[in-house]
Amino acid sequence: MTPTLDAPRFVTTRPLLRAQGVTKSYGGVQALRDVSATVYPGEVLGIVGESGSGKSTFLRCLNLEETPDSGSYTLDLPDVQGNLFELDRYARRMLCATRIGIVYQNPHLGLLMSHSSSGNVAERLLVAGERRFAVLRDKAGAALDASEFPLDRMDAPPSELSGGMQQRVQLAKAIALEPALLLLDEPTTGLDVSVQALVLDTLKRLQRDRRITMVIVSHDLGVIRTLADRVMVMRRGEVVEAGLADQVFQDPQHAYAQQLVHAKL
Amino acid sequence: MTLASLTRDWEPMAYGFLDASAKREIRRKTLKAIAVPGCQIPYASREVPMARGWGTGGLQVSCTLINPRTRIKVIDQGADDSVNAASIRRFLARVSGAPTTTDTLEADLIQSRHRVPEELLREDQILVLQVPNPEPLRPVQPNMSIARQMHADADYGRMWLQLYEQIVRSGRVMQGASYPSLVNGRHVMTPSPIPRWDVPKLNMSRHLTILSAGREKRLHVVPPFTRVEPLVFDDVPYRVEDHAGLTCTRSGAKGFFMNEIPQADGTSAYELSDSDLGAKTIRQSDGEPVEIGATWYRDGEMAQ
Repeated sequence: MTPTLDAPRFVTTRPLLRAQGVTKSYGGVQALRDVSATVYPGEVLGIVGESGSGKSTFLRCLNLEETPDSGSYTLDLPDVQGNLFELDRYARRMLCATRIGIVYQNPHLGLLMSHSSSGNVAERLLVAGERRFAVLRDKAGAALDASEFPLDRMDAPPSELSGGMQQRVQLAKAIALEPALLLLDEPTTGLDVSVQALVLDTLKRLQRDRRITMVIVSHDLGVIRTLADRVMVMRRGEVVEAGLADQVFQDPQHAYAQQLVHAKL
Repeated sequence: MTLASLTRDWEPMAYGFLDASAKREIRRKTLKAIAVPGCQIPYASREVPMARGWGTGGLQVSCTLINPRTRIKVIDQGADDSVNAASIRRFLARVSGAPTTTDTLEADLIQSRHRVPEELLREDQILVLQVPNPEPLRPVQPNMSIARQMHADADYGRMWLQLYEQIVRSGRVMQGASYPSLVNGRHVMTPSPIPRWDVPKLNMSRHLTILSAGREKRLHVVPPFTRVEPLVFDDVPYRVEDHAGLTCTRSGAKGFFMNEIPQADGTSAYELSDSDLGAKTIRQSDGEPVEIGATWYRDGEMAQ
């Protein structure tokens, strides 16, 4: 039986995100098999697993970049109804532009490298219909500031920035419109340890101050342990274990989860 | 009474260089483009005896619209007497037998490269603009399949971003020509490389403007009385070139778009870009009875 995430006992509200039975294959490769998850407002769900386990594919499905073969996905927002996988391209684009933010592992996927950092953030505001230059500057500056990006470099292009700074620009872009859901795909992979810690601190502060609902994917258990309230362990496209973070890390039930938690170099 | 009895049988005929099917193709696509203002419509572009990029798009539209009574005017950057304009005018006259003119008021069909005449155009006039690159999204999205999706979704955030970047880097919008403009509140078009000065002339104008790119095989249209709004931020107003205070050294005319002519001593002289208006102004000051029509701009300001 596939483990599913039940609501923690302290949660009394309705889930913000509910994905059920998400199945996706590429040719003969089964990338996701009947994956289900619920995320409550203000909660951080961590997804861990080895490379090729399907965690990033699941995240891309949640960002509506992929359409699964079957399954449903709903967000409990006032103006969002029905199975989001059935939305047309335009509705998907508008929903992702305004209600869902994403930070990719590779900044090249999320940023325009030759444009200014503030322009990258402003693009998101422009898609949402903001047409006042002064307001764009202010809001882009505020989002960059919240991501602890030095404002004296706000007009430098990401191509001139370090990896950590590029991730901060991505983060600022993702939170510029105060999205209901923030998706993070390996946000600290490739960064050195000290920069990783700074980015994680920023994420923790944002989550604490703004109560942003997050889904974070990582193969780094330390990152998940630092941020996540609940954890889903994936292997070969399936969820093999799910539960509260402390519970999964201290007393893993599935053999693969035990192996993952106790793995050391 | 049947439809067949009301219509003549279709007879292929070659007139004005293009064969009947080529003309029919362009007529149909022009009608389609009129129905969806600002939307780029692909067409089967024919070879014409001119290198692509020298006005083959405009020439094909002109050849399609022309008849023996059409008075043709051809201008290149405002001038009737440039080599390219003179060659196209002579070609059109030779293949159609139609009369030619340099007077904007007399012309029925004006083929132009990079300018809209300074005198107001009427309902019965057609302006054909030669377009080198009809895709306004190309600088921000080189993949044309994605660009088409962006047009379909009215996804023009990147166009605004381009303007944002220009203001951040230079303190002002640096887009000199081909200023992206929203047509009828729906499609963003490039109004061909006309200067910013000319873009407001297309807004709610009385004449039909057809913009055709022969190399790219696409045309788009601004029908009469259609809104054409340059993309601008609410708090950064649209500005035309600062030519209002310049005076033409040859005609003495003031308040129009000028060509800058560098002088040996390092200074600049200016002369009217619209050569027909300049010639008429000189003839009028010499006492000749010349009719100069109302102009879009008065004293350097766009007339309301």
